[in-house]
Amino acid sequence: MSSPSRAPARTRRRPSKLALDPALARRARQLARRVGRPVVDMARSHTTVSVERAVLRLAGVAGADPDGIPWVNRLLDAVVADVGLDHGVALPVFDALRRDGAEATPAELTLLAQKAAAGSVRFDVPAGRAAAAAGRAARRLAKAGITRIDRRRAERDRLVKRIGDPPQRPWIYLIVATGDIYEDIPQAQAAAREGADVIAVIRSTGQSLLDFVPEGPTREGFAGTYATQENFRLMRAALDGTSKELGRYIRLTNYASGLCMPEIATLAGLERLDMMLNDSMYGILFRDINPIRTFVDQRFSRQIHARAGIVINTGEDNYLTTADAVDEAHTVTVSQLLNEYFAKEAGLQDWQLGLGHAFEINPDIPDSFRLELAHALLARELFPDAPLKWMPPTKHMTGDVFRGNLLDGFFNLVGTLTGQGILLVGMMTEAVVTPWLSDRDIALQNVRYVLGAAGNLHEDFHPAPGGFIQRRADQVLGEAVQLLEQIASDRDPATGSKVPLLNAIADGTFGIMKRPATGGKGLDGVVIQASDYYNPAAEILEAGA
Amino acid sequence: MSNIVRPYGDTTGDGMAQLSFTLPVSHDKRAEGAALQLAGKMGMDPAMVVHAKPMGPSHTFFVVYGRVKHLVELDRVKVVERDYPLLSAKEVNTLVKRRLRRKLSVVGACIGTDAHTVGIDAILNVKGFAGEKGLEYYRELRVLNLGAQVTVPDLVERARAEKADAVLVSQVVTQRDAHLHNVREMSAAFREAFPAARRPLLVAGGPRFDEHAAAELGVDRIFARGATPGEVASYLAHALLTESSSERTPA
Repeated sequence: MSSPSRAPARTRRRPSKLALDPALARRARQLARRVGRPVVDMARSHTTVSVERAVLRLAGVAGADPDGIPWVNRLLDAVVADVGLDHGVALPVFDALRRDGAEATPAELTLLAQKAAAGSVRFDVPAGRAAAAAGRAARRLAKAGITRIDRRRAERDRLVKRIGDPPQRPWIYLIVATGDIYEDIPQAQAAAREGADVIAVIRSTGQSLLDFVPEGPTREGFAGTYATQENFRLMRAALDGTSKELGRYIRLTNYASGLCMPEIATLAGLERLDMMLNDSMYGILFRDINPIRTFVDQRFSRQIHARAGIVINTGEDNYLTTADAVDEAHTVTVSQLLNEYFAKEAGLQDWQLGLGHAFEINPDIPDSFRLELAHALLARELFPDAPLKWMPPTKHMTGDVFRGNLLDGFFNLVGTLTGQGILLVGMMTEAVVTPWLSDRDIALQNVRYVLGAAGNLHEDFHPAPGGFIQRRADQVLGEAVQLLEQIASDRDPATGSKVPLLNAIADGTFGIMKRPATGGKGLDGVVIQASDYYNPAAEILEAGA
Repeated sequence: MSNIVRPYGDTTGDGMAQLSFTLPVSHDKRAEGAALQLAGKMGMDPAMVVHAKPMGPSHTFFVVYGRVKHLVELDRVKVVERDYPLLSAKEVNTLVKRRLRRKLSVVGACIGTDAHTVGIDAILNVKGFAGEKGLEYYRELRVLNLGAQVTVPDLVERARAEKADAVLVSQVVTQRDAHLHNVREMSAAFREAFPAARRPLLVAGGPRFDEHAAAELGVDRIFARGATPGEVASYLAHALLTESSSERTPA
């Protein structure tokens, strides 16, 4: 499936500015593969409640009970109570439908969910011809769901072709977060008119730990708006109108993270969202979600994103807000390499990899700007065809809005000088208030000034051979390789896992957070697949990858 | 020394101040007049609109400079002065060793739905904040950082299991006053779960807290923007280990 709606990777390759050792870069990728492979094997042999609910959503189960619990949750819980999770949800559900004499349609499936919730359906694991028949029906409906995602992707391609991409790189990414979707919409439209190319609707704090996806339009959230299918639809429709008005296709971003990552990815595909935050380890390290749950959910959600033509944004900025941005610069590189491996394994292409990094070095240390340039260039040259998401200072924003505006200007300068693809606009009022109307205007004025005044400066910018910037980039890559080597050889007998990355996460290799594979939220929703496990959506996605 | 001061522009007593705001009116002469009217009502006289810029079709942003007529009476300023001595890590460790003869147990968390661990991490992580090492660095403190989105019942349970001497909670998100509700809920739960004499010291922190509100929120101390690990450690040592600590009356 080819796509004209490329994310803003560079159109032609610029000559190298860092003279990185290609052998060292190759070694880094080899190690990322060695570390990542056992995790993928583990993901392929497990399933989770959220992966199975995503299958039901693709098959067309929709809506929620009067208490707001989605029918996919009620149906899955009933299946698990009767036969467990390890056979997958597809065979027991479609077998029950067939025994009920009902046709395999989304409406009948939702009806079955309602009956199951009332306790009037018994689920079995079918065998032989009954299993084959149930499998065929399940595959047909899962395929219909994936076809809907394919159509939304084709629709995006058409709209981008007709309306057009932003005229400049990087694309300008702005955040909206009121908690009320009907307030978010005019704010998002205003932000687009003021110059935003990408609108991100921040989720309500705490949604990542809900084990269900809320339903319908929502009007209250905490520091953000709930991700629901209806909110996705409303915002996308509104931005389609604004895109036509402005003559550039405004992209919409949300968050496929937390306990419902596979379902939210699916809803994003169905409602033509364009970018999703989707990091391989963020939930483990920063939300204490069980590592196995995360990796299994991650893989399925990335397969959906690959299919839907969605650009993922990874979360490396988080490492730098909790650790020192100089001492721990190499952990960003390691995470980018792992994210790249996991993404490509799941079928994502280079243009879909918004690998993250951030401008978080303490501005009081000498040469902080040169260090930022070195780190940003390293990411650019290590991943030459990925769009890269460049994130603004937060940790050293003190409430001094004047200094903050200056820092954001330097952040913008690094962004344009190093060819970043997606620029998250920094606010001088970071850590003070949620952005005011005037804060956003001042921030965009800052971006416009820097892009206008120095947008082509990269043509003249050539770090001195063997100079500070080249040496620093080389050092960070070297430290990243060392850390990957350490992870690859992590055979901690205490954790007893054959997956070195799980051992490394349990040891606290990433920050001081120790996350054992036996702990964390959502562990009870993970099982090893039985020999007769069947997942029609995974089958179709694997074949398409 | 005079107790009366005024803002300082470039001359003592000139009273000059700067102000910026947005009015929901489209940008024209009337809008600038409206900005001057607001500045006047805020006590700026004379005021100058030095910058006015439309923010979309129906809002205008202003920067105003002017002289304020208000006087500041320094002898009537009220602040929470630091009422404990600032100790070095070594001094804190020595005090714990001498007075407690065991490690001092500290449990920290972000409670409620708040996922922002920046504050609690700055105080607890070895890495620390503002050039000061965090509490994990103190040899005589045993620190458990529960991280984000910890429920109040969990926090009470962990505090009990760890025999916590002090519980630190951080709150960053302030939408709908979530930080205040959460801290009240937390302090009420600890009061219910522990007899007054056995209750751990309760400390809340976050960038938007009012340091005066400790009693109102039911905690022993509030740390606001800019608090450093050294200040927190010094306060814990003072409140838990010095003579005056027996005077701590649960609010």
